[in-house]
Amino acid sequence: MGLLDAGITKHNVLVTSVDNVLNWARLSSIWPMGFGLACCAIEMMATNASNYDLERFGIFPRSSPRQSDLMIVAGTVTMKMAERVVRLYEQMPEPRYVLSMGSCSNCGGPYWEHGYHVLKGVDRVIPVDVYVPGCPPRPEALIGGLMKIQELIRMEQIGISRADALKKLAEKSVDPRIIIEQERKAV
Amino acid sequence: MEEGKVYSQSVAESAAAYAIIKEKFGDAISAFDANETMPFFEVLDVARWQEIALFLRDNGKLKFNYMACLSGVDYPAEEKLGIVCNLESLGELGHRLAVKLKCARNGGSIPTVSCVWHTANWHEREAYDMFGMLFTGHPDMRRILCPEDWEGFPLRKDYKVQETYHGIKVPY
Repeated sequence: MGLLDAGITKHNVLVTSVDNVLNWARLSSIWPMGFGLACCAIEMMATNASNYDLERFGIFPRSSPRQSDLMIVAGTVTMKMAERVVRLYEQMPEPRYVLSMGSCSNCGGPYWEHGYHVLKGVDRVIPVDVYVPGCPPRPEALIGGLMKIQELIRMEQIGISRADALKKLAEKSVDPRIIIEQERKAV
Repeated sequence: MEEGKVYSQSVAESAAAYAIIKEKFGDAISAFDANETMPFFEVLDVARWQEIALFLRDNGKLKFNYMACLSGVDYPAEEKLGIVCNLESLGELGHRLAVKLKCARNGGSIPTVSCVWHTANWHEREAYDMFGMLFTGHPDMRRILCPEDWEGFPLRKDYKVQETYHGIKVPY
């Protein structure tokens, strides 16, 4: 938001809406639950580590679902694990967000046909807000997904449902091709 | 072991080990198959499998002290299930040999060797989990990977995945 960059030191007054302040606070401290299921978790750990440094977004993993805002489903969800994932999701306090990371948790990934034991998409058991494609996604892609969660939180208001917030987010979607084209022309 | 055949060093060692077993058990085991990758024989009298396994482990000239793997096999054409045990004499005599066993496809059972090689304990459970043959005398004959209430045996050739599991749709 650039508030800190503006150098507000001399007892200035800020005027904003409650929604804005609340959303700003929430999106600047998304705490994901620290759990991973497969190779995507390695990328997730790399994203948490110093090189990609998720902590600059206020994101750092919590060991308990009761202290978490976000569930990053990083990896292959087996049928056996699916019920545990649901239990963990139910233990998280609202408002809670789910980010499905990688092909396996998006749709079953390489196990879609012959993987008898794999859940074909974690959205069959819990509602997913953001899908990050990749097998596994690079840390940049995960950061992109997390920033999408931040945008979703920015869209929320007191009194509107998650579905409406997602709709608002979809309306604000930006076609990257236009930006790429602009950047090319600028060069 | 057929006369006059030239084997590689390792297969020759396996053939020599086989000769000792054949001498002791005679018709209970099949002829020797000098497969270059893994020479093997089959136990025809499945009821004697434990006895044979103990002999393989304890005989001073065999000393198969290490079970590297126990795999399940489905033979739908013969209406049979089978296992393949890869044995080695690790750090002792250095030779290796695979043993195959078969049982009926429906309700078949094979004596356990988990008391001979502890490795077999979990491997037999996995073979049961994936193929459905029982191992008589096994201390803990349960599924090991799939959920306990899973339907069917996934690695059988005619396996069809169940429609739902605890209300969750399973197929894509």
